[in-house]
Amino acid sequence: MKGKTDDGGWSPYLAGALLGLLAIASVLATTQLLGKTSYLGASTTFVRAAGILERTIAADHVVSNEYYAETKVRVDWQFMLVIGIVLGAFISSTMDKSFRMEGVPPTWEERFGPSIGKRAVGAFVGGIIAMIGARLADGCPSGHGLSGMMQLSASSLVAFIMFFGVGVLVSHIVYGRRTS
Amino acid sequence: MNTGQWLGLVTGVLFGFLLQKGRVLRFDKQIGAMLLKDMTIFKFMLSAILVGMVGILMLSNLEIITLSHKPMNVGAVLLGGALFGAGWAVMGFCPGTSLGALGEGRWHAVFAIIGMVVGAAFYAELYPFLKSTVLAWKDFGKIGLPEALGLSQWVIVPIFWVGIITLFFWFEKKKL
Repeated sequence: MKGKTDDGGWSPYLAGALLGLLAIASVLATTQLLGKTSYLGASTTFVRAAGILERTIAADHVVSNEYYAETKVRVDWQFMLVIGIVLGAFISSTMDKSFRMEGVPPTWEERFGPSIGKRAVGAFVGGIIAMIGARLADGCPSGHGLSGMMQLSASSLVAFIMFFGVGVLVSHIVYGRRTS
Repeated sequence: MNTGQWLGLVTGVLFGFLLQKGRVLRFDKQIGAMLLKDMTIFKFMLSAILVGMVGILMLSNLEIITLSHKPMNVGAVLLGGALFGAGWAVMGFCPGTSLGALGEGRWHAVFAIIGMVVGAAFYAELYPFLKSTVLAWKDFGKIGLPEALGLSQWVIVPIFWVGIITLFFWFEKKKL
């Protein structure tokens, strides 16, 4: 077990343990400063982003939509957290020089070739399906996988198993031709 | 910006920093885990869970914070979890890591992000239908494993610790 990865990253055990501490600090901070305990999560922000964008072309429709009404379309704590992730990753990758412009990742290219168009379609369609799933399950690997597991939520353990179980299955079907 | 927005931003920067340092943002790491060849994201997530669960459950026992379980709605969690897993395998990012991947220059994450915003908009339209079908099948409510299993959380936590640490040793032995 090494403290650093070959490209200057941290041991995933160390970075993960620190994220555990951040999660604890975050529930304390939100409880104390905002008056309500909030847990790390990401996928609800995509609903709010969709609502904000949709509002510019069809304001009435967003107002009358039941799901947008329940979710409350606004730039809240979690929305800024998600924006913060972009900045944090940028700062970290610039500091240790692991920032890379990448249009097609290696594993994808080995299976589907260097076409950016194909990768774009895969990411886009995968994104649609994954987000419908995340909203139906009421969480993603952050909300269920991290925050829910930390609270020992029954639904999160089931969701975590489904995410990875089906992910393993589908990834072997999609990328398996190269590996088998 | 209000206090909540500032707090979210600062927390998010730290979150993104740790995700990047743990090298879990990359497409190849996420797919590597699903292909059972590179366990980096499991090491990262499970380490976070082990540490986080102790602190969060203690703070909750002391009534300093409140737990917020997501509903154990059977159809929603099973079908939603399966759809998420399938989409994740093709996209190669999850909602949080897609933003982080963009931050470290992996700009194809933009297509994933746009897809997820579109997916969220679709979900908003599908919601009334899902509410009367999948979401209406069976909901056990917002329950934790201690209530569901009838065991104290301080029995469950050590089981997680022992099980996950054992898994870590196995990962290292197999060089995964």
